[in-house]
Amino acid sequence: MIAAHLPILQIILPLLAAPICVLIRPQKFVWPFVLIVSWATLGLAAMMLNQVLLSGPISYALGGWEAPWGIEYRVDLLNAFVILLVALIGAVVLTYAPESVKREIDGDRQPYFYAAFLLCLTGLLGICITGDAFNVFVFLEISSLSTYGLISLGRDRRALTAAYNYLILGTIGATFILIGIGLMYMMTGTLNMADLASRLQGVNHTRTIQVAFAFLSVGLTLKLALFPLHIWLPNAYTYAPSVVTAFIAATATKVSVYVFLRFVFTIFGADFAFGTMHIDYLLLPLALAGIFVASAVAIYQSNLKRLLAYSSVAQIGYIMLGISFGTITGLTAGIVHLFNHALMKGALFLAVGSIFLRINSVQLDDLSGLGKRLPVTSFAFVLAGLGLIGVPLTVGFISKWYLLLAAIEAGWWPVAVLVLISSLMALVYIWRFVETAYFRPVPDDAPPVSEAPLLMQIPMWLLIALAIGLGVQTSLTAGIAQRAALWLLAGAP
Amino acid sequence: MSNFISDISLQINLVDIVLLTILIVVAVAVIRVRDLFEAVVLLGIFSLLSACIFTTLDAVDVAFTEAAVGAGISTVLFLATLTLTAREEKAQYSHSWSGFIVCTLTGGALIYGTLDMPHFGDPDAPIHQHVAPRYIVESPEEIGVPNMVTSVLASYRGYDTLGETTVIFTAGLTVLLLLRRDRRSHNRIASPPTAETTDRRGSHVMHHAMVLRVMSKLFIPLILLFALYVQFHGDFGPGGGFQAGVIFAAAFVLYALIYGVEAAQRVAPPARVQVFVALGLLLYIGTGLASLFAGGNFLEYKVLAHEASHGEHIGILFIELGVGITVAAVIINTFFYFAGRGRA
Amino acid sequence: MSQILGLYNYWIVILLMMAGFYNVIARGNLIKKLIGLNIFQTSVFLLYISMGKVEGGTAPIVAEGMATYSNPLPHVLILTAIVVGIATTSVGLSLVIRIREAYDTIEEDEIQQLDEGP
Repeated sequence: MIAAHLPILQIILPLLAAPICVLIRPQKFVWPFVLIVSWATLGLAAMMLNQVLLSGPISYALGGWEAPWGIEYRVDLLNAFVILLVALIGAVVLTYAPESVKREIDGDRQPYFYAAFLLCLTGLLGICITGDAFNVFVFLEISSLSTYGLISLGRDRRALTAAYNYLILGTIGATFILIGIGLMYMMTGTLNMADLASRLQGVNHTRTIQVAFAFLSVGLTLKLALFPLHIWLPNAYTYAPSVVTAFIAATATKVSVYVFLRFVFTIFGADFAFGTMHIDYLLLPLALAGIFVASAVAIYQSNLKRLLAYSSVAQIGYIMLGISFGTITGLTAGIVHLFNHALMKGALFLAVGSIFLRINSVQLDDLSGLGKRLPVTSFAFVLAGLGLIGVPLTVGFISKWYLLLAAIEAGWWPVAVLVLISSLMALVYIWRFVETAYFRPVPDDAPPVSEAPLLMQIPMWLLIALAIGLGVQTSLTAGIAQRAALWLLAGAP
Repeated sequence: MSNFISDISLQINLVDIVLLTILIVVAVAVIRVRDLFEAVVLLGIFSLLSACIFTTLDAVDVAFTEAAVGAGISTVLFLATLTLTAREEKAQYSHSWSGFIVCTLTGGALIYGTLDMPHFGDPDAPIHQHVAPRYIVESPEEIGVPNMVTSVLASYRGYDTLGETTVIFTAGLTVLLLLRRDRRSHNRIASPPTAETTDRRGSHVMHHAMVLRVMSKLFIPLILLFALYVQFHGDFGPGGGFQAGVIFAAAFVLYALIYGVEAAQRVAPPARVQVFVALGLLLYIGTGLASLFAGGNFLEYKVLAHEASHGEHIGILFIELGVGITVAAVIINTFFYFAGRGRA
Repeated sequence: MSQILGLYNYWIVILLMMAGFYNVIARGNLIKKLIGLNIFQTSVFLLYISMGKVEGGTAPIVAEGMATYSNPLPHVLILTAIVVGIATTSVGLSLVIRIREAYDTIEEDEIQQLDEGP
């Protein structure tokens, strides 16, 4: 039975667990329960990817109503891959969570915190798995609303304003998406993605569909934080509780990138997006500008979380740069970097969480001599940081490699040079941590501290092991990304 | 005859145009007023007018919901927030040109997009040709429910409605995370209030409003009864779990406004209401899982009974009940948390 | 002329959307922004419901002697969207209440000053 209903179980499991979290007494059982659920969700995701690899796309008719009358779940290689990523990060971060949560969130609120976390996970998974355009909007809002709540739990009062600003911008983005979906529906009469893809062919030339495309693109680039629509991101990442930052930095924007890919390539089709609408004319410069401006701003940050937040904006630039080529190599670069960046940023933010747990600050000035005080965590940070720079034998190198290849293939030499230069900027901002941690003395009045507990170390090192292991053994991620890219460009829904 | 019909539609069109024009006036007024209380009231009017337009456009269920939510609940929440924050907006010194330009561009793009749209009311528009005809022609047979909106909402696209219930649940949870007071800091919400505070509050609230108190005694049971009617009559007329939940909660909000929040919390302790928030959602998911175990897909109600349409009825009954419970419980608690915040 | 009559509804709706949108992006008062967001969203609801209308149709509830019904699907979508809207509003207002408690103001520029100031 599990095999036949895999797609729905993937979503229902964490969804069902959320209200149960609220009811569990005594409350100390909440976290173990959530932990089991999150790993089971990951298990389901792995089974689903396996099934897709073996026997091709899966379709599941919710309520037994066949598409386009009912809502369809449709899993192909691309979303099975993204779902695995989201489920993986969810399970890893929840394993890491309890100590950090105890430290940063009031005891009373913890069960509700875990429930909100599960809802966010459900929302993100639901966005990825659905084959229905309107259903995307519904699950987008589930993940967004829970994210606003999770961010607002940060201890600094600026967490509240960060959550509020994200709410306003996120809702504007979602409303733009709603307008886009409405206009598409108006011209085709359907909401099912595959059905939309075939029916749009006939109305592609209309101004209404062109405007629908524009609104969807703007709404989604707002959600995925492409420069200059990234303004909600730095504060949200900086002031959210550590585990929340680690989770949303690694997943939320990636899922939005996935939706972007789905709409642009599967529904509208590359011919329309690149041939008629010339989305690359806009995407390419914005991606490059994002890479350079955000990296430059990152270099001057004094708060480690904020530094990484700006670095995220830059990394999203790389993902979108790959996509803007509109070629197989370019898309492979984008998709593989989507996965790789999630691993690296997840690991980095988990390291920051451990630092905060012990030092009680993430200001660079307070981290002098950290290499001696917390040698293991500092080393973890540096290793993950090497990935961001793109050093060989890390996953970051694979991303950059494909990106360079795509640029050269397209004959855009200057872009390739710019990518290389921007890597140096990443080197500079990661170096700032290295310099503070290893080349500045430990302050005399610094109390002795011990490393974060093992339960936090293991998940963090797991992500780092993946970030390096998959950098050596490249066929796994890059192979799947390439097949997904081929699939997207073939225009097959 | 045909002349007569086109006359009617012309009139409706005219009503429509007049209402839309009033909406513009209200929307501009909202931008211009600096008193936030006025702005909130105008927003309520905006919602109510929208509900009227929804009715002229044949969307009775939507009109019902917009009136209950937009003009009702949302206004109450806005007013509660105003009493906790500020009434006046700070003087806005300059008109925002950048904002104006962004809006003009966005609006211009949309108007450009309308140029190839099917005309308003055109029966040949694509959305009336594909997908929807099945709902209109076959749902009365397939689902056995005269209200097509209910059929689509609860069955064909029942999964979206599960998502919607989850959104409500999520919002309730987030409001709780934000506004519930900690146990440590004199938590009035969690602890049962003493008789003294109630009396003081009670006299403070509306002790002298005899008429209100008597009338409310009469009205509250009627409102609750109406909620039940809307809950179970949604198959036939406009209404359903969501609207019923809102109305049910409205009775509690009225009670709290007249007799004080403490008194209302004795009737419905927030901790217990919170349990219902979760139970409603679980009931919905449970119905979906039941059809899974009965051999169908998730939320495939027809396998719930021997006869397909009977199964649909059972499924719709349960999920609408789930929606109603969660919605009512979330709104009641949200109101309590908003009201509880001001009395630290 | 038929163009104007046929699209008039949509144009007004777009004007309404922009009035709401302007309120969101141009105003500094946190409550005013949420009011604008509400107007923006309600106008989008009007867009959806307008497209569902069929000339001479009636509400999509089976009735004797009626053959033409308006399209029920946009109604269902908007019922969901209304719920999403009130959910967002309630979370937004809760945030405003907390911000007011933490900053003692709900004006964007004053909050910014407090965060940057000494």
